[in-house]
Amino acid sequence: MDFLIFQVPMLMVQASLDGILLGILFALIAYGMALQWGVMNIINIAQGDLVILGGYIAYTMYLAGIHPAWGVIVSPIIMYFVGWALYKLVINKVVDRDLFISILATFGIAIVFQQLMNFIFGADVVVAQSEYGTTMLFDNSVTLPNSKIFSAFISLLYAVALVIYMKKSRLGRAIRATAQNARAAKILGVDTEKVYAATFGINAALCGIAGALISITLTLHPYVGLPYTVRSFMIVIVAGLGNLPAVAISGMGLGLFEEFADYILGTEFRIGAVFMLLVFILVYRRFKLSKKREYLK
Amino acid sequence: MKQKDLILYSGLIILGLAAPYLFSAFKVQLTYLCVLIVLAMTWNLQGGEMGYNSFGNILFYGLGMYLTASVQVGMFFPLAEWTESGGEKTFVHTTAQYFQGIGVGLLVAAIVPALVAGAIGYAILGLRGHYFAICTLGLGIAAGEIAGGIEIIGAGQGFTTPPFPAEIVDPEARGKFFYFTSFIVLVLAFIFVKYIYGSRFRLILNAIRDNEDKAEAMGIQTMKYKIVGWMVSAFFCGLAGGIMGGLIGYIDSTDVAFDGREMGVFMVLMAILGGKGTLWGPIIGATLFHFFKEGLWTFILGWQYVALGVLIVVIVIYFPEGLMGWLREKYPERFGEVIDEKDRKSQVELK
Repeated sequence: MDFLIFQVPMLMVQASLDGILLGILFALIAYGMALQWGVMNIINIAQGDLVILGGYIAYTMYLAGIHPAWGVIVSPIIMYFVGWALYKLVINKVVDRDLFISILATFGIAIVFQQLMNFIFGADVVVAQSEYGTTMLFDNSVTLPNSKIFSAFISLLYAVALVIYMKKSRLGRAIRATAQNARAAKILGVDTEKVYAATFGINAALCGIAGALISITLTLHPYVGLPYTVRSFMIVIVAGLGNLPAVAISGMGLGLFEEFADYILGTEFRIGAVFMLLVFILVYRRFKLSKKREYLK
Repeated sequence: MKQKDLILYSGLIILGLAAPYLFSAFKVQLTYLCVLIVLAMTWNLQGGEMGYNSFGNILFYGLGMYLTASVQVGMFFPLAEWTESGGEKTFVHTTAQYFQGIGVGLLVAAIVPALVAGAIGYAILGLRGHYFAICTLGLGIAAGEIAGGIEIIGAGQGFTTPPFPAEIVDPEARGKFFYFTSFIVLVLAFIFVKYIYGSRFRLILNAIRDNEDKAEAMGIQTMKYKIVGWMVSAFFCGLAGGIMGGLIGYIDSTDVAFDGREMGVFMVLMAILGGKGTLWGPIIGATLFHFFKEGLWTFILGWQYVALGVLIVVIVIYFPEGLMGWLREKYPERFGEVIDEKDRKSQVELK
């Protein structure tokens, strides 16, 4: 325990800004999670590993001498096809089944992904240098890496683009129709199989964008996928499915919580705090609902 | 029927007792097998019978591991100094101290996780289905991360459990001791689970699995039974963890104790492989899995996790009923199910 943050108010500004910028990034991943959960009724434990894979694509570009920021364009394109292939291989067999089956199956996928990334990219912690420099605020007492501002901006851009796409385009409407009622959509001529594949692909593409941004703002390691899954899961259960402003706000809230937990409890408890928060949120909602004799569905 | 059972059980016990002498080189593997069976069997009790698929039983396993080691050290030496100095160099357990320590340690490792399960049970077991699964997954990982930050149990650098007393010269003694301890736990767990299978308790658990709301409407206090079911799981998971801690000799927070990536998945996988909700399923599943793992691991060194992941996906997608479920489908008469031929025919016609 360390209460330095309460003695130095500037640290609080620092933590808040960091948290909000990070939270927007989390919200982007959570949006993908909400999309597939709402449309296909699947909880994807491999979500975080898709993020890390997207990050490694950007990192590979960085190693090849291309600026990693281009990853936000290249990575989603590659990841779309990864997601599509994953759907055709595994996910299409778990769509209509028990949620626990999808959790276990994607857990298996997560293990495979982790290990393959470990083989290909090595077990070192890596980061792609964007060399964007830092912005100093308030007499140099608050430092803000420009890459974080960049990543928050790109996340917002993509999120807005996706919302417009979902509202206006033909595929977007088909996806929303399938989410509302898959059977009715099928009767009215929507090829739900295609819609599912596209949804999973879009989700993977979102993960790819987030991963590329993480590769320049944070660090990459083959085994850090699961915390991203849990963060997005948490954001989705707090915000609900398909409620984008709420997703953004709870994403920022999570980012704030994490940064403050980091300062107060110490960095070694950061991931532990995230997982404990998940447990607390679930238990809190359980008690709140049980007053009405209901339970989380 | 009764006599057949008697022959089967006495045969198995004799085999179990003779195993360390027959397969003298594989004592560690046999101990692993016993522990895996215990874990699969107790996971099945709540995952298969109660329908509460937990990813977090690893919490009790790791807790038991740390508790056994801490008690074993803390009874005789200052715990903080032990973990700081890496243990065995500064302090040495005498033979009597070692066995007293591990005995009390295992007792604590069984009781405390069960109490923990009872304490958090009311909050956690109110969640249903996948929320329960994710919540327990979170609990297991959080426990590992938090244990990795606590100084007195070694934090990130790990905790060396007391080495087997050097005064015992027999080189086989260590393997035998751990094997027989785990075998006793296995027999106890089996007797207990078998007893539960014949009792009303199991029917209640099944009712909870099939339809919890209806079970509640029938006047069953489901929460009470759910908590008891989880406590039973926790009790044996703690014991299993304590034994494994002593056997491995070194406890790391995320790689050995709260090892959700290995043990935590294994116990689910073994129960599903053998068949959820059957008495023998998890036992067969664990045995098969262990043979498969040990046979294959060495040939595909480095690729074992890829194989594990693929195995999970394949089992879950193509084989969710498990071996016993498959056998049941094939030979229903053997499971005491009577098939109404007329009913079956009419169903075929309906199709």
